[in-house]
Amino acid sequence: MSVLSRLLRSPEGAIGLAILVLLALMALFAGVIFPRDPLSIVGPALVPPFTDGLFPLGTDRLGRDVLAELVHGARASLAVGIAAAVVSLVIGSVVGTLAGFAGGLVDEALMRIVDAFQIVPAFLLALAFVSVAGASLPVVVFAIALGAWTAPARLARAEVLSIRERDYVAAARVIGMRPLEIALREVLPNALPPVLALSSVIVASSVLIEAALSFLGLSDPNIVTWGSMISEGRNVLRSAPFLSIFPGMALMVTVLGVYLFSEGLAQALAKRRARA
Amino acid sequence: MSAPLLSAAGISRTYSSGGRRVVALDNASIAVARGETLGLVGPSGSGKSTLARILLRLIEPDAGRVDFDGVDLLSLRGEKLRATRRRIQMVFQEPLAAFNPRATVGGALADPLRIHGIAAPSERPAAVAHLLERVGLDPGLASRAIHEISGGQRQRVAIARAIATKPDLIVLDEAVSALDVSVRAKVLELLVGLQRERGIAYIFVSHDLAVVRAISHHIAIMDAGRIVEHGPAPDIVADPQSAAGRALVAAVPRLVLK
Amino acid sequence: MSETLARLSGLTVAYRTDGTSSIALDAVDLDIMAGERLALIGESGSGKSTLALALARLLPGTADVSGRISWPADGHAPLPGRDYGFVFQDAGASLNPVLPVGEQIAEVAQRHLGMAWREAYRRARNLLARVRIPQPDAVLRAYPHQLSGGQRQRVGIASAIAAQPRLLIADEPTSALDMVVQAEIVALLDELVREDGMTLLFITHDIALASGFADRIAVFRYGGLVEAGLAAEVLSRPTERYTAALIASHIDLSTPPLIAGGAP
Repeated sequence: MSVLSRLLRSPEGAIGLAILVLLALMALFAGVIFPRDPLSIVGPALVPPFTDGLFPLGTDRLGRDVLAELVHGARASLAVGIAAAVVSLVIGSVVGTLAGFAGGLVDEALMRIVDAFQIVPAFLLALAFVSVAGASLPVVVFAIALGAWTAPARLARAEVLSIRERDYVAAARVIGMRPLEIALREVLPNALPPVLALSSVIVASSVLIEAALSFLGLSDPNIVTWGSMISEGRNVLRSAPFLSIFPGMALMVTVLGVYLFSEGLAQALAKRRARA
Repeated sequence: MSAPLLSAAGISRTYSSGGRRVVALDNASIAVARGETLGLVGPSGSGKSTLARILLRLIEPDAGRVDFDGVDLLSLRGEKLRATRRRIQMVFQEPLAAFNPRATVGGALADPLRIHGIAAPSERPAAVAHLLERVGLDPGLASRAIHEISGGQRQRVAIARAIATKPDLIVLDEAVSALDVSVRAKVLELLVGLQRERGIAYIFVSHDLAVVRAISHHIAIMDAGRIVEHGPAPDIVADPQSAAGRALVAAVPRLVLK
Repeated sequence: MSETLARLSGLTVAYRTDGTSSIALDAVDLDIMAGERLALIGESGSGKSTLALALARLLPGTADVSGRISWPADGHAPLPGRDYGFVFQDAGASLNPVLPVGEQIAEVAQRHLGMAWREAYRRARNLLARVRIPQPDAVLRAYPHQLSGGQRQRVGIASAIAAQPRLLIADEPTSALDMVVQAEIVALLDELVREDGMTLLFITHDIALASGFADRIAVFRYGGLVEAGLAAEVLSRPTERYTAALIASHIDLSTPPLIAGGAP
């Protein structure tokens, strides 16, 4: 049985996957569903939700369509979350693998750098970096990755250390395989799956950090993000709480979807490993 | 023995484990002649596997010298070592652990052929099929994953991988210990047949003196990192001189027909 | 022979994985007599260990059991620890890694023999001496990882017999050990069973090992019982080809060498 069908069999996996697919479709087709710039003013200000068919979720202080903003916001959230996870996984795996293979001083030096990054709270690191480098999408992605690459680095190192002692690596040396090929063909493919399993956790925390950064105004002002929407709504929290509640719920559903998906995936992979 | 194929002299190796120094090998010396089998037997922890791995340059000794067909094996580095590896191969105890979990049978056998330039890419499938046939397996297994075949089949694939480079010496580290008795008998027959046909020398490492005796020309008995006695197999079994040798002979279960 | 301790009738065990079910033991009928030494012999996948686990009611939740196991002598299924002791193949995995071995053995005696802790601990010490552990006082306070494989298996045996069970089930107790230690452990089991009058169920893949001290032998293959009978009869006049093949595959010091001529 394939991993996908196992994933769909568990309720967590099925629900998580459904949420993520829906979000991905929203993000992909945001430009088709709401072709107009979501930051443009389309109607009267502060239309309450579920009262006007034109603006199902109402409008904000400046008369912008909340639903259009939400759908476009999914783009920023998912793009930043996934990009940050990819960047931190790549950096982490490379550093961890290098440390595990090289051993000795290189290992010590690299792992002390990992320690240095790990003792600073990830959000503080991102905050400092964005304040210095300026708020743009690539900078935000990199800033979040700065705090997230250490966990995959540690895990990759531990996996490499364990796998390089296995008999099949000894067997590869015996048949005369070159060290680089042993690293790339024998060790890495077997060390990476548990590291990749970390990705969903990193995506979820990246989405949250991105939202927190834009809540503080540290995001590209020309795009809508859920964080900036919450921040916007804060000014009228008493009179129009829905302006903060809707993007907040979108965040919650996204993070929940990612967690459920990863839970289902972990179960499916564990079952496959047990069978092999 | 005149001009052995491989001779190891004065091999020592200590480990440090939890602050303690553990002597794994203490001035051990062995030799094996071309086309013959040296049985290396001893209780667990006697250092026989460490010695085997030193001969394959998987572990470096603290002291000692290994001569392989006139080459100082321990001095080899880089490309020279890689080229010499072609001539000394190994079969491990656990066939499942000795293959990349993602490997297919065909892929595992094609690797040594590619690495040492033994068969051109176009000839490899035929060479792999030939290797599988030689160890008594169906060439159709080539496309199967290693984890899909049985333990006995896997160990045959491991032997096929070891003979792929046409080595002069194969180190077998408890290579039949994990197999069922009926499978073990057939794998031993295969090994003996290969030796007769190709003149391969074996170093056969095991804790089972009966199996070692059945396949070895000479036997060396190890205990606590030392070679405590060595000699022609029939002599060792008939009249062991060391305490370890006597214990090993006495420990072999005999079929009792009351 | 004496009374029947356990009677297996049509015992079938199947393991469920992913909706498919594979049969590990197929309609086995077998009697275990009180006081006998019965060896279950088979290769991997023969079902011999499944039978031992079924007797001990230690099968995992994914196992479907049908057929019957009755206990005519006791009238009830045996209690683990109290009525039977189980010696596992991997003694290291069957002992608690964070508890000194003396306490693990004493716990069995305390629970099943109603002993006070002090008395139970003294019994643990005596049991360690009985399974021939050198320096039992030191080993009482040792943790499993500080012991060698052979010593761990001795501790496993001490804890299995701590409550003086009637039945001792030993599931491949020596296959993770080297030959010299194996011979010592087998001799120890032989002696303990003789002295205490226990019933011994000895599971092994090594027919010669069983031939040394079993009264009866039951040969298994692919989950089925091939043949069972008195050890001497099964070994000298096997009625099934598979048993004959197992005997023929045995290698000992009198087996003709496979290489021609021995040393040149």
